[in-house]
Amino acid sequence: MDTPPNEEPAPPDGRRIAQSQEFRELRGSFRGFAFPVTAGFILWYLLYVLLSSYAPGFMATRVVGHVNVALVLGLLQFASTFAIAACYARFADRRLDPSAAAIRESHRTGAAGRRDTARLPQEAAE
Amino acid sequence: MTTVLTVSRTATAASSHRGLTMTLFGAFVLVTLVITVWAGRRTKGAADFYAGGRGFSGLQNGLAISGDYMSAASFLGIAGAIALFGYDGFLYSIGFLVAWLVALLLIAEPLRNSGRYTMADVLAFRMRQRPVRTAAGISTIVVSIFYLLAQMVGAGSLVALLLGVSGEGAKRWTVVAVGALMVLYVVVGGMKGTTWVQIVKAVLLIAGAALMTVLVLARYHFNISSLLGAAADASGKASAFLEPGLKYGTTGTTKLDFISLSLALVLGTAGLPHILVRFYTVPTARAARKSVLWAIGIIGVFYLMTLALGFGAAALVGPKVIKASNAAGNTAAPLLAQELGGGAGSGGGAVLLAVISAVAFATILAVVAGLTLASSASFAHDLYANVIRRGRAGEQEEVRAAKLAAVAIGAIAILLSIFADQLNTAALVALAFAVAASANLPTLLYSLFWKRFNTAGAVSSVYAGLVSSVVLVVFSPVVSGAKTSLLPHRDFHWFPLENPGLISIPIGFLAGWIGTLLAKDTADPAKYAELEVRSLTGLGAH
Repeated sequence: MDTPPNEEPAPPDGRRIAQSQEFRELRGSFRGFAFPVTAGFILWYLLYVLLSSYAPGFMATRVVGHVNVALVLGLLQFASTFAIAACYARFADRRLDPSAAAIRESHRTGAAGRRDTARLPQEAAE
Repeated sequence: MTTVLTVSRTATAASSHRGLTMTLFGAFVLVTLVITVWAGRRTKGAADFYAGGRGFSGLQNGLAISGDYMSAASFLGIAGAIALFGYDGFLYSIGFLVAWLVALLLIAEPLRNSGRYTMADVLAFRMRQRPVRTAAGISTIVVSIFYLLAQMVGAGSLVALLLGVSGEGAKRWTVVAVGALMVLYVVVGGMKGTTWVQIVKAVLLIAGAALMTVLVLARYHFNISSLLGAAADASGKASAFLEPGLKYGTTGTTKLDFISLSLALVLGTAGLPHILVRFYTVPTARAARKSVLWAIGIIGVFYLMTLALGFGAAALVGPKVIKASNAAGNTAAPLLAQELGGGAGSGGGAVLLAVISAVAFATILAVVAGLTLASSASFAHDLYANVIRRGRAGEQEEVRAAKLAAVAIGAIAILLSIFADQLNTAALVALAFAVAASANLPTLLYSLFWKRFNTAGAVSSVYAGLVSSVVLVVFSPVVSGAKTSLLPHRDFHWFPLENPGLISIPIGFLAGWIGTLLAKDTADPAKYAELEVRSLTGLGAH
């Protein structure tokens, strides 16, 4: 058995929280956003790379002036990256942070008297 | 990399700007050393040394992440690639940005909540400590050393180019000086000092790039299309310059190679140890998210500016002059600065050239310090404290080991850079990303999101990803069998691609899966429940 590092904070009652309704919902909404969006932007990026490699004629099509499809698609990669980041920021602010805070809070009151909770991270500290 | 410069334009212009470049760079070194000493006085325990006391804000850490990420290879390399190969240089830069979404959505927050100082903290969370920490520590150090070598070999050549000095002696002394400074930053300032160095550097780099971008666009009355047209005309390749294919599309092999590189870039960023440790410098997962959001904004705008700089260099300086100065195009941005300031021989040209050259040096110095810190932290915290001393090392002892490791890693990096100065820096950076994508990312994702993942799976995915990517590169044209190889006169290559990602990333994922299924020991569901709760809510986080 390996010795855990010093000053390991008291572990939360993981199993009990993990089975709670609130936690399962939090995990569901996190995964429901993060997994499909990740698959989506990776496919979208690979589509762009494949088009650049194997569809040069299409990519060379002029759109306006010297601006062609290749440049527009490249700039769209920037745009989609910024947009996904902004969407996730909003989603996390509205959906993930409040329920994570509620679970922390209920655990803290539930554990009060049993355990020193002084080391729990404070969102406010940010 | 060009080694000797004789009668190029950089050399003739050098005398007028050399003194100013040295003064500006000296000022940067002085300011950062003062910051380092100041930070060192405020560094007491391990949390200060490894994680900067976890007291940085999202914006500060976002700037520091950008500083860690925007290496000289990004600034000079991508601007140069766009100046010489047009669209394909831009295509290359996009993978570096999109990759940040992996870090944002899947890695940054869970890592911040479940780890303490290193990547291995997360990988070993619910596994047997010693085998997993050994594997993760080795892969951290290997990735960091490849990246470090790329930066230091690049630094040697760059100084020769920008200061117009030639000869092996100058290059060697540059490498030694860069190595000594980076060790000093890390040993004295720890994570606090290193983070502030990154922040200062990021601000300088963004300001320099923004100034040049505005000057370039102003020449074309802020009309992008006429900038593109001028670049295409000056390139001598007409509209092909604005289309994919000049660099990566020449043969079937180069196309596959580019797809392999793209995969490594997009999946490697979130597995780079020196980026991962930055998430520990903020107090909460929410602040870690904010820092990635800032980083995405800063890095994205920076690459958009590089696009303008690259096409600007093609249009205003021209590929002939750029190639005469450096065949890989690394001096395109400095030459453009000189042109924008009024041209060679003019006072304005000399000033702007000196400013941009000094920013490029600052860039190298900050990146190598970040890499040295990440690898020495992993050595001390993972290999020394947990594997060799089995968790019995005190905090002071661990930090002392980290400082000694920083000196040792610095010395190794200096020696390797001097003896391996013919290494292709772009291939080294690509290799670092490929190892990170093949060894680190699969293990991180499985650890965080797959309940059944176990010790055998973690160890298999790290070693399989690490060994397969390194072996494929050893038997690739990077090492032998081509004119640009490390050993151009030998030929033992059988793997056709320069980048191993296309093969080694699937190997890393498969090995983790198979290792898990074949193992006798099963995963501990209670530990996984604890990890999940901790990573999503921050309960019990450090």
